Amino acid sequence: MTRRAVTFLVVGLVLALLLVFFVLPALWLLLAPTKTASELVSDSPLAFGSFGNVVRAWQHLTGFENGVLFTWLRNSAVYSIGALILTLVTSIPAGYALALTKFRGRKLLLTVTLIVMIMPSAALVLPIFLELNLAGLVGTVWSIILPFSFYPFGVYLVYIYFATSLPRDLLSAARLDGATEWQIFARVGLPLAKPVVGLVAFFSFVGNWNNFFLPYLVLPGSDQFPIQVGLNQLLSSTPSFNPVAGAGLDITSPELALAVIIAILPVLVLFLFSQRTLVSGMLAGSTKE
Amino acid sequence: MTTLVAAPDRPRGRRRRSGEGGFSGPLFVSGYVILLLAFGVLPTLYAVYLAFTNVRGQFTGINQFTRVFQDFRFGPAFVNIVAYLVIWLVLIVVLTVAVAVVLRGRMPARLSTTLRFLYYIPGALAGVASILVWLFMLDPSVSPVNWLLKALGFGTFAQVLAPGHLSLIFALIAFWTGAGGWIVVMYGALDNISTEVLEAARIDGAGPWRTAIHIQIPMIRKWIVYMAILAFAAGTQLFVEPQLLQTASLGRVSPTWSPNQLAYVYAFQRGDFNGAAAISLVLLVLGLIVAGLLVTRSGLFKVDEQ
Repeated sequence: MTRRAVTFLVVGLVLALLLVFFVLPALWLLLAPTKTASELVSDSPLAFGSFGNVVRAWQHLTGFENGVLFTWLRNSAVYSIGALILTLVTSIPAGYALALTKFRGRKLLLTVTLIVMIMPSAALVLPIFLELNLAGLVGTVWSIILPFSFYPFGVYLVYIYFATSLPRDLLSAARLDGATEWQIFARVGLPLAKPVVGLVAFFSFVGNWNNFFLPYLVLPGSDQFPIQVGLNQLLSSTPSFNPVAGAGLDITSPELALAVIIAILPVLVLFLFSQRTLVSGMLAGSTKE
Repeated sequence: MTTLVAAPDRPRGRRRRSGEGGFSGPLFVSGYVILLLAFGVLPTLYAVYLAFTNVRGQFTGINQFTRVFQDFRFGPAFVNIVAYLVIWLVLIVVLTVAVAVVLRGRMPARLSTTLRFLYYIPGALAGVASILVWLFMLDPSVSPVNWLLKALGFGTFAQVLAPGHLSLIFALIAFWTGAGGWIVVMYGALDNISTEVLEAARIDGAGPWRTAIHIQIPMIRKWIVYMAILAFAAGTQLFVEPQLLQTASLGRVSPTWSPNQLAYVYAFQRGDFNGAAAISLVLLVLGLIVAGLLVTRSGLFKVDEQ
């Protein structure tokens, strides 16, 4: 009985420690904009400041380079959504065809997809940059959207999903009824694929929204930055971390914290609404061993 | 990498009947194939070409590799990344699986759901956002755990960022953003194990501990391997974290802490794309070898199940 109590205590303690570890930084972040930079240092870390401070931080933040913050957010939206559309348009039919049709090179394509999937993609960022440079695309919207929309992981998810959840017999029956391949895909495949479409859309959007390396290399001007690269720019303008370059600017720690909150808001909203769907979709492909 | 294909093509005879999709297959994959060629295959070939030639396009064998290997920053960068990968992989594999097993065990359902959700929240703060948050967490002047930092003997930001700590710091940040999502996935995988199996184990007298070791964990092995592969692949790419920390610490952190940063310095500060490609290629091969080992040892991906 006592051994059981000890186990219970240890497990409870570990879970509680992890809870603090996961939640405390997020909580601190939420509270930071309610304080001034000096209050952040002097006050208790989890104390609430005032809403007036949030408003002031917001004014400083939106005043930074004439509201470039909104430009960054818009850029992020354009890049992420543009790439998302291209990803869905290319990966859903591709995964479907890999799972349910036969053609020469299908196995090769699957194998290459698997290899590319487990390849560290950042290693390819430099050659992609050079390639875009050759094509004269560096600095354009396409230099971000096109590489972002290549998403082998999505193709693989769709492939697994169709391979395990759509019986081939159903397709044969539809073919016997004289349906064209496109009709079968549109009327039988797509409606069944809703969970996996959501899954691919989620991962692709979140990945693209958070991507830093490629835009950091490819985009020359601040007015083209997505919010992630913009945050980096804000960071180097903050006197707390960069007294030389940041001197005389209004961007201090509370403004930076507020910028982080704004930057993650779209992803956070997606997270809150999709947890359940995500897991069911993620595991849909795995149930059949 | 033919080893990835589970079963060799058995001679099936000529089975290319129109009943299996005809020309629609190639048509449906065409868009993806174009992207795959443009942003997967071509860049890889280009990197290989660059790594084996010089600025004038002359073939130089392994000269680029020996040149970057001899760079005094190359060794430390790889030591850093390996230390980081070891800490990160151990943390993520051990803790996510253990926590998922506990949450799936005898615990009020409401509590389990709430904990999973709370653990999952930092996942929304991936990338740059997570670094910025942790800059504050690690700065003793504003950190909510400054008492802990001080108890560990760190009075200033600079002391926290001592070179020896960085691998651990980056692993902690990665764990903070990544673990929650994987706990949710592992929990879902455990949930898929049929109750009859668990019931049978209990009747045979297995406690929660032995059930976890002998039944639950082996049954979700594929998911664990899958997680390890993705965590490893992502880990070798470490760039944003050290780059931002370098900006924020006024150069106290080396600008070539990770191999990717070193490649970046080669390419964009010295215009040496051949050297940069050589470093990228080393990372790429390293990642593929480890992933290949994990895949073949576990039979994770079955390309074709028929």
